[in-house]
Amino acid sequence: MYRYDIHDQTLVDERVAQFRDQMDRYRDGRLGEEEFRPLRLQNGLYIQRHAPMLRIAIPYGMLAGHQLRALGDITRRYDRGYGHFTTRQNLQLNWPALEDVPDILGDLATVQMHAIQTSGNCIRNTTSDQFAGIANDEVEDPRPWCELIRQWSTLHPEFAYLPRKFKIAVSGASQDRAAIQVHDIGLRLWYNEAGELRVRVLAGGGLGRTPMIGDVVRDDLPWQHLLTYLEACVRVYNQFGRRDNKFKARIKILVKALGIEEYRRRVEEEWAHLKDGPQTLNAAAVESAKSHFPEPERRSVTESAVEDYERLRQENRSFARFVTNNVTDHKVHGYKAVTLSLKRREHAPGDVTADQMDAIADLADRYSFGEVRVTHEQNLVLSDVPVDELEALWQELEALGMANPTVGTLNDIICCPGGDYCSLANAVSIPIAQALQERFEDLDFLYDLGPLDLNISGCMNACGHHHVGHIGILGVDKKGEEYYQVSIGGNSTDDASLGKILGPSFFREDVPAVVEKVLEVYVAQRHEDERFLDTYRRIGLKPFKERVYAA
Amino acid sequence: MPPNDKQADAVELTPVHADHLIANGELAAENAWCVSYDAEALPEQRPAFVPLALWKAHQEDTELAPLLASDCELTATLVDEIRSTPAVAIDFPAFTDGRGYTLARLLRERFGYTGEVRAVGDVLVDQLEYMRRCGFTAMALRDDQHPEDALRALSFFSVRYQPDVEERQALFEKRLNAGH
Repeated sequence: MYRYDIHDQTLVDERVAQFRDQMDRYRDGRLGEEEFRPLRLQNGLYIQRHAPMLRIAIPYGMLAGHQLRALGDITRRYDRGYGHFTTRQNLQLNWPALEDVPDILGDLATVQMHAIQTSGNCIRNTTSDQFAGIANDEVEDPRPWCELIRQWSTLHPEFAYLPRKFKIAVSGASQDRAAIQVHDIGLRLWYNEAGELRVRVLAGGGLGRTPMIGDVVRDDLPWQHLLTYLEACVRVYNQFGRRDNKFKARIKILVKALGIEEYRRRVEEEWAHLKDGPQTLNAAAVESAKSHFPEPERRSVTESAVEDYERLRQENRSFARFVTNNVTDHKVHGYKAVTLSLKRREHAPGDVTADQMDAIADLADRYSFGEVRVTHEQNLVLSDVPVDELEALWQELEALGMANPTVGTLNDIICCPGGDYCSLANAVSIPIAQALQERFEDLDFLYDLGPLDLNISGCMNACGHHHVGHIGILGVDKKGEEYYQVSIGGNSTDDASLGKILGPSFFREDVPAVVEKVLEVYVAQRHEDERFLDTYRRIGLKPFKERVYAA
Repeated sequence: MPPNDKQADAVELTPVHADHLIANGELAAENAWCVSYDAEALPEQRPAFVPLALWKAHQEDTELAPLLASDCELTATLVDEIRSTPAVAIDFPAFTDGRGYTLARLLRERFGYTGEVRAVGDVLVDQLEYMRRCGFTAMALRDDQHPEDALRALSFFSVRYQPDVEERQALFEKRLNAGH
């Protein structure tokens, strides 16, 4: 876990003082609404439908237990005692008072947290793999690299007024769990045959109203040049990205309009001047970043403990279900990563109460070296649990209502706050998620369906990543009425693809039945052990369409 | 009645003379220079920043200096032409237009321009810190901006992660040198 030194701490403290001054000027009228807007957004503050919303940064999803407790405390003192984990691994408060925000930011700074650049037309919080550092298939831990990028992008003087928002994701494993192909810039860390670390740089991916898969700008960037290359990529975008139309302002439009070859040519030309400049990384700088992410001092787990765990899995069906769905293999024998499901019918997906935050922090301290990770699927992860403590942890999670053995299933819905909270939304999304969870709660049915991503966005800004859901649901507004468009075939992992729209949109109350029909087609048509996505890719949209729209 | 085109053009073409100029981190005693956006005719007031093409046509007039639009593409040829002028203005047509930051950095870091680089147009208090770091040495504030707010806004930060025009070392380098 990255820990601030005096420089990091001074910077966030000074940022709080700056924002307090800006808020004072806004409140006494010296700073206009329009002029205040980018300043508050770059401190995470939105003006929302019912109240302001504050988005707190959780850099690459890493949280210490004491930070989670502090967040719980903040939601009690300044909000309504709960928070919402987002698809970008951040935490949102839905009901803070505008005038309290400088104090909230001040409190966050005391636990080495902030809300810097969680919104606005700037480089946003860098996201990564929730299993970073522990995954079996990892070649390079992305967290030190994310931290170097966080520092490079924080209060970057040249890039605070980009044409539009800018999101970077980093993966260092053979399986992409960070959705790097649908980010403005996606970075893949890999080793060449000579054993040298290289970075594959993708640009121009993204969701929103024009979803696109990113193109490779450079496949084999030596790691020393990561920051200068990023600077060149963003500089070309800052100079040439469209500023006349916000719907055409993302880097994906620039990359597609110029063509990847021309974008690459301009980046390389720019980089030729920046290469070997003062932001060039060296081994000492990277070692220093890596020193913040040491291996925890794991005790050894005996072979008999591993056998006991395997036996329990055979004997206890409930435990077995939990393990199959919510427990992930670890690079260290005898250890596992446990996903806490934040998808419960009584809560909106991703919502956690203050008391639950305390309880989770407590579990993190007792079971997993005091650290928690936020996933882009809006769940939480305890990354280092010895197998002989899994049963006890499982029972505690059951009591907390966070052991739903449905991670990765249809029930594990990704969902934006939607029209219940967000002023951009065309339609509600949480009630859709809840209706679907209610309809499809039979575990045997869910397991029979296999891995299935169902993602819901309340508008085309796509915060719920509906384009890359195997089944995607998008709220649309037609003459003031809420309708829902259903797409299928999206995917955010290595073989990324964008979903195709089934056809005309549906009434809200019809959505569960439509999803059910889509599932029926899959169940009827699938080959043995074929995933939903593969069946769709084999048979195409037509059978689904015919079934759903049959008179 | 809203203004007609002719009236609107007349307003647009009137040279702008900012009330307050921040130069080298201080409130300047006076701001002699005006900014003229008229691409065809020279303004009567002097000294004046005028659009690049117009300046090129009147380079012998030492009371004129070039005004770069935010979409200006800086090339070595162009910079060679403007290198000997004591000041260059970069326009911010809207405070949300961030191209000027890149232009200033390129002028300083790539082309080694050493004269004054002045931000003009929609220049607000809360942009000054980043402008300074990108190499602006003078900022002509929009008229509704309070100069005391501007000076305070320039004083908040003592730490930066990135190297920039003012500071050539990244924080990660400084930490290594300090033996962290």
